[in-house]
Order: sequence, then C-alpha cells, then structure tokens
Amino acid sequence: MAVLTFTDRGIFCPAGDFHIDPWRPVPRALLTHGHSDHARPGMGAYLATDLAAPVIRHRLGDIRLDTIRYGEPRAIGGATVSFHPAGHVPGSAQIRVEVAGETWVVSGDYKVVDDGLSTPWEPVPCHAFISECTFGLPVFRWTPQEELRTQINDWWAANAAQGRVSLLGAYSLGKAQRVLHLLDPSIAPILTHGAVESVTQVLRDQGLPLPATTRVTPALDLKAHPGAMVIATPSALHSTWARRFGDASTAVASGWMALRGIRRRRGTDRGFVMSDHADWPGLNEAIRATGAPKVFVTHGYTAAFRRWLESQGYDAGIVATDYAGDEVLAEGEAPADIIDEDAPEAAE
Amino acid sequence: MKDFAALYARLDQTTKTNAKVAALADYFRAAPDADKLWTVALFSGRRPRRTITATSLRDWAAERAGLPLWLFEESHGVVGDLSETISLILPPATRESDQPLAHWIARLRELSALPEPERRQGILDAWDSLPGPERFLFTKLLTGSFRVGVSQTLMTKALAQATQQPESEVTHRLMGDWSPETTTWDRLLLHGEARDDTARPYPFYLAYQLDDPADLGNPQDWFAEMKWDGIRGQLILREGRHHLWSRGEDLITDRFPELARAIDWLPPGTVLDGEILAWQGDRPLTFNALQPRIGRKTVPKALLSTAPVVLMAYDLLEQDGHDIRPAPFADRRARLESLLTGLPPEAPLRLSPPVPFATLDDLREARLRAREDGAEGLMLKRLASPYGNGRRKGDWWKWKVDPLTIDAVMIYAQAGSGRRANLFTDFTFAVKDGNQLVPFTKAYSGLTDAEFRKITAWVNKHTVQKFGPVRQVEPQQVFEIGFEGIQASPRHKSGVALRFPRMLRWRHDKPVDEIDSLDTLKALLAAHG
Repeated sequence: MAVLTFTDRGIFCPAGDFHIDPWRPVPRALLTHGHSDHARPGMGAYLATDLAAPVIRHRLGDIRLDTIRYGEPRAIGGATVSFHPAGHVPGSAQIRVEVAGETWVVSGDYKVVDDGLSTPWEPVPCHAFISECTFGLPVFRWTPQEELRTQINDWWAANAAQGRVSLLGAYSLGKAQRVLHLLDPSIAPILTHGAVESVTQVLRDQGLPLPATTRVTPALDLKAHPGAMVIATPSALHSTWARRFGDASTAVASGWMALRGIRRRRGTDRGFVMSDHADWPGLNEAIRATGAPKVFVTHGYTAAFRRWLESQGYDAGIVATDYAGDEVLAEGEAPADIIDEDAPEAAE
Repeated sequence: MKDFAALYARLDQTTKTNAKVAALADYFRAAPDADKLWTVALFSGRRPRRTITATSLRDWAAERAGLPLWLFEESHGVVGDLSETISLILPPATRESDQPLAHWIARLRELSALPEPERRQGILDAWDSLPGPERFLFTKLLTGSFRVGVSQTLMTKALAQATQQPESEVTHRLMGDWSPETTTWDRLLLHGEARDDTARPYPFYLAYQLDDPADLGNPQDWFAEMKWDGIRGQLILREGRHHLWSRGEDLITDRFPELARAIDWLPPGTVLDGEILAWQGDRPLTFNALQPRIGRKTVPKALLSTAPVVLMAYDLLEQDGHDIRPAPFADRRARLESLLTGLPPEAPLRLSPPVPFATLDDLREARLRAREDGAEGLMLKRLASPYGNGRRKGDWWKWKVDPLTIDAVMIYAQAGSGRRANLFTDFTFAVKDGNQLVPFTKAYSGLTDAEFRKITAWVNKHTVQKFGPVRQVEPQQVFEIGFEGIQASPRHKSGVALRFPRMLRWRHDKPVDEIDSLDTLKALLAAHG
C-alpha cells in the first residue's frame, strides 16, 4: 500500500488514518502551516508545530489542536510522522511520513532562502517528495534578501524625504512580517492595516524580532506620522481604506512582480520581487537534496514542471490539490488569469 | 547603459505625466550627447532594425541556460515577451559593464555584421555582462522591439525643458528623416533652425474625436469639410524638388510618383497638408483601392492606372517660402483656394470642397450622408485657429460616421503579450451560416481591463480544445463588432475582410441564436465594399 494517497479531501495516509492539509472535513488533520488554503476549519482534530499553533488558533478559533516540535517523531497508527522546517512562514513545516521503512515527505509551501524569521528550510531525505511548484518555471529567480532590504528601504526613504507615505501590499501572514523585519525603523514610523497588525501581534507575542508598529484606525492622526511606511494587505491598496494616505507611493511584494506585464497591470509604483515560495533554482535544489527518485508536483506550473523533472530522470507525477496559494490570494483581486491558468492543468 | 536603464525604470514605474517628463528632462540634462541622441531616436520610433532572428536568440539563450526549447516556449507563453523571457532565464551576469547606451548600440551593429560563431559568442558575452534590466533593454534592441510608454509629445516637452526652447521648435526639429548616424545632438536640437533642412516637414496637426456637436458652440465660427479616408500626407515643394511625408513621418515621395507633377502647377516654397486618395473620375475610390500601394517602395505601371492617386488638399502651411501656420484657418484656406482653383484635371491636386451648413442640424444630416460620398465623416475646423502641433483639443474636430456593426459569437481566444500577457485579449468571431459558424474576423480591442479579466476567467472555464496558444471556446459569448470598412477577400473563409474591427460591446443580453448571419455580412459587402 502507498504511504500516501490522493483523495478529494486531501492527501491521506491509510496506515495512520490522517489527512495532510485537507480542504474538506476529516477526523484528523496534520497541518503544514496556517495559511487559509492549508488550514481550514471543521476538522475533528489538528496537529501542527508549536511555532505554527498560535496563528492557527488565532485564525480557526477554538479547535482541538495538538502541537509537535520540529524533528520530534510521533507514531500515529501504523505510521511515524515528524515535522521539519519548510522556511515558508514562521512555524511552517514539511511533514515526513514513514510506513514500514518507506518515507514520503509533503513539502507544504516552502522556500530555501533564510528570511530571518522562519526556521530555515532543511532537506529531508525520502523515497517520494510531494513538492509545491507555484513558481515552477525558469523565469522565476528571486532578488537576494539583502538587495530587497536595500530596495525597500531606499524606496521608503526617498518617499519619506518628499513627505509621502509608502504603502506596501504584503500578505498578512508571513510576507508582512518578513518586510517588517527588513525595514529600517529609523527612517520614519511604521503603520499597519488591521489584518496585518493582528497576525503581527500574535507572532510578536511568540517572541519574533519585529519592529514596533501602529495600527491604522480612524482615530489615528496621520499628520503625526509623516513619511510613514504602511504595511497593508494587497487587496487594501486600491480600496477606499487606502485613500486616507493621499498621494502615497504604492508597492507590492510578491514573486509575481518578477514579470513586467503583471507588475504593470497591478498598477502600483513599485513591485518588489519577494516570495515565500521557492524560485526555480530553489525548487531544483530542494528536490535534488531530498534524494527522492519519485516526485509529485502540485499547485502552480505543474505540467511543465513535471515534464522538466522527467527530463532530469525523476519519476514524476502531478497531484491535484485545492490550495489556492497565498501568493495568488496576495494579489487581491488576483491575476484570475493565473489561478485559472493552472486549474485545468491541475485537474488533468 | 545603467543611466538608460534607470531612466527606463523611472518611466516604467509611474503613470503620471509630470513624473515622466521630470525623469526625461533629468536624463537629457545629464547623459552624454551620444546617449541622449539615441534615446531621442528610440523614443521617436527610430529603432535599429532587427538583424538577428528571434529564433537564433531563443536557441542561444535556452542553450546557455541549459533548458530545453519547449520549456523556453512554455516560459515565453507565461511572460508574454521574448526579450523579457530571455533576460529572465539566463543565469545572472558574472561581469559588470560601465559602457553607455551608445556603446551597446554600436556593439549590436558590429555583431550583426559578424559571421555566425563570433556573432553568437558576442551576444552571449553581452548577456553575461549586463544585469537584469540592462540585459532586457539590450535584448529589446536586438529584437528590434524596443518600445516605451512615452508619447512623443511628452518627450518633446522634456526636451524643451532640458534645452530651453519652445516645444513647437523641438517638435519641428524632430520631424523628418534623421538618424543618430546622420546627425549629432547639437545639430538636431541646438544649432541653426528647424527649417534649415529643406525636406523637413512641419509637425502634423491632429483632430480630436467629437462626441457632441453642441460642444462646437456658434456654428458661424466653423468650417466643415469631408473627412477623407485615405493617407494623410504633407507635400513639400521647395527649391525645385518635392517631398511627400506621411503622418507617421515616413518619406513616401517615391511611392506616389503622380504627385511629382505638382511642381508644374505650384510655385516653390509651397507646403500642402492633405489626404492621398485613389481617384477615379470625379470621386475617390475606397480605401481598399489604396491598400496595395501602401507597402510598395516602387509602383508597377498597372497599379498606377488602376489606382492613380491625387492629393486632396485641405490646408496650406507654407506659401512663397513663408511659414503661414500662425495665420487663421480662414486666411490659409482662402490662399489655398486661390492657389488651386482653375487647375486642369490632369493636375494631381484637388481642393477639399467645403460642406455648406447653417445650423448644427445641417451638419448632423451631412454627416449621415458622408459615407455615400466616399468619406468617413466630417472635419470641423475653427475659422480663427492657427495650424497647431500634434493633437490638441478645441480647434480641429473629427466627427466620424458611426461604424458598421454586426453581432457575432466568440469562438477562439488567445492571450495577449506584454502588459496583456496572461489575459485573453485576442478573439476570433463567427457569424452563423445555417447551422454552421463561420469565422470572419479577429478583434482585440474595445474592452476594459476589467472586462478582459472577466472574459479570461470565462475562457479558462469554457475551453473546449487547445491548439498551442489558441483556445477554442464554447460559442456562447456574443459581442457587437464595429468596423470601418469591408472588402471581398478570397483568403478568408467568410469571403470578407474588415477594416479596424473592434469590440463595441459585450452583449450579455443576447443569446447565440440571435447573432447575425453570413448573409448579413454579404449584404454589407454589397452596400459598402
């Protein structure tokens, strides 16, 4: 029997009778991380890392949630599972499942570069690797972290010098805190959209090194925060909420900003090429490092990436999943084109 | 190249006109002359020609990146732009070049002349010494597809600021047949006068679209004539020679040899603005008759007799060597009339006749008749207005007849490129013929970005079959297609070809069985072809 199977509720382990990141109600769910397309309400019981738990509780409320530390083995039925750093967002994990000496690993979402906040990704040797490939095309190659730091702070400082607010769209869990961590607070005050602030507070309480921020409320005197950096959800950028900042310079931090067409269509002044998913070199490096001869790809440019892996000698397959992907959600009204571009292929 | 890439980035990062002008003016104050000159050339559409095929560039880039061609093509499909795809898939540059833009353009020309192995190596070396944005621009230049979201008006404004002269003078200086190889920054923009070059045309004055004739105010202030459906041309007669310019600033003297005879009837120092029309008897032929002459550098005899051209003159810009553009239109028109009245029919010149009217209602009626007279609407010119520069609101209006329309169903969709990559924007439409659907036109404009996003989501859910980049979709979405003309075409399944087809409206209200039929198209062809 296969270690993991693919069902219409999600990835399933028959030997342990549990699902990983299921999208429909099941008795027992193991979660890789707290993004809403991976952590959904309605499961009988949950298991996640101790570092991911606070955000999951914050988002899903009163649930039956058990926690586990990175690297700690746990027997569930006839399977042994352990969680390993995925580097995607703080607390995110790859899930290793071993049954009768055969090991499969579910990557969840991951990136191989160290963002300074998330426990860095590490390879987990396995027989079969189920890898996301949101950015599985060779045109995606991320700007190095230090260069991003300079780009963002330079943009902010230049706006601040002109007395303009910098309005930056970043997904509320992960991307927003990664940006906060890169900011130089000596430039000007940092403000946050409510959705960003509440997650940031949860992570700050967990002890992550995040700068002081002020939540934007109707009562807030914006004149008292000249040249501020405002971190907002991407969908808020073009909303009435954003109008209060007047002639602000706008930007989005997303992997999609690597493409000029999408950057221009997004209609912001700047696009920072920053993703919490692996880029093309990252995906290839990660897969190689697992040593797995068998690879299943899911979410993203699956058809092309599978064909590429086959040409590299892997036994590769495609798994259809219901993960919308934070990068895509992060686009706000979304490159609907991109979500849908992948949907029929994933269904094939 | 760094400065140029920085300029490009600044222009790319804003949609605000003032910010663009400021970015350009800063650049024109600081960059080396050779770079400035090339920038003006590039931004005014004077791109170096492509000398290396797109296929070669694609092959070299894929090979260098260690990628199979199918993966390159897959990526190209997502990115939507060849140069961008190339610059993204190549490994990061290992060297850094401080060379300016002019150096890279010179290098590009040198490489084009080299035999294959050296040329390939030269391009690979260039790619390896240019970081991302510079590599993208260099490749854009290589593929001859360099474009930038800056209008010539905007660049002119910046040049005027940077060189401290009036915009009209800069516009005039930039006209005509120059290239960075034939001139210098000083000669083009600083020394002498724009008129020193006797072949140099004046900037064309362009009309705005009129939506409501009530905007005109007092009818007495206006002159009306037909909006002729030909090629806008400026005929220059100076020092015993003639030069003919198109509105796109192409020198087209040799394409229309009929106009050479104008010097037999008009004195030197005359410049006419008018419409080149294929002419027969006492009326123009349709634009279709002119079509075969557009692409030809020299004209075979047969065409000269089937589609002889005249210049339908409607303005006089220079008389006796004097620039009379500042004079009121009424005055220029009177001079034009006395110049052209009484010419024999063999002269290749006609005077655009006035459309008489007393009231706005007279004009409305005249517009409805325009198509019968072989025109595409009316032109309205303020009698007191000088001849301007470029498109300005207020003094010249075009009031086109309503387009011909037909309701059709979408059957194929294809993604656009550049800004529209990943959006389905290019559609094929069909009319019904009994139980069959017959494709008859493509269209890719007329919808808003929001509508394109909506239709893209729809196409993704209703794709029946994929043919490479083309999706066949369920025939459900009905659109009203507008077009300016129709002609018989044996190359098309439907037997017709349309001029300027575009989507006027997405007819959510209309079911597919109510679309127009092939017979409707044929009737339109009989009436307007």
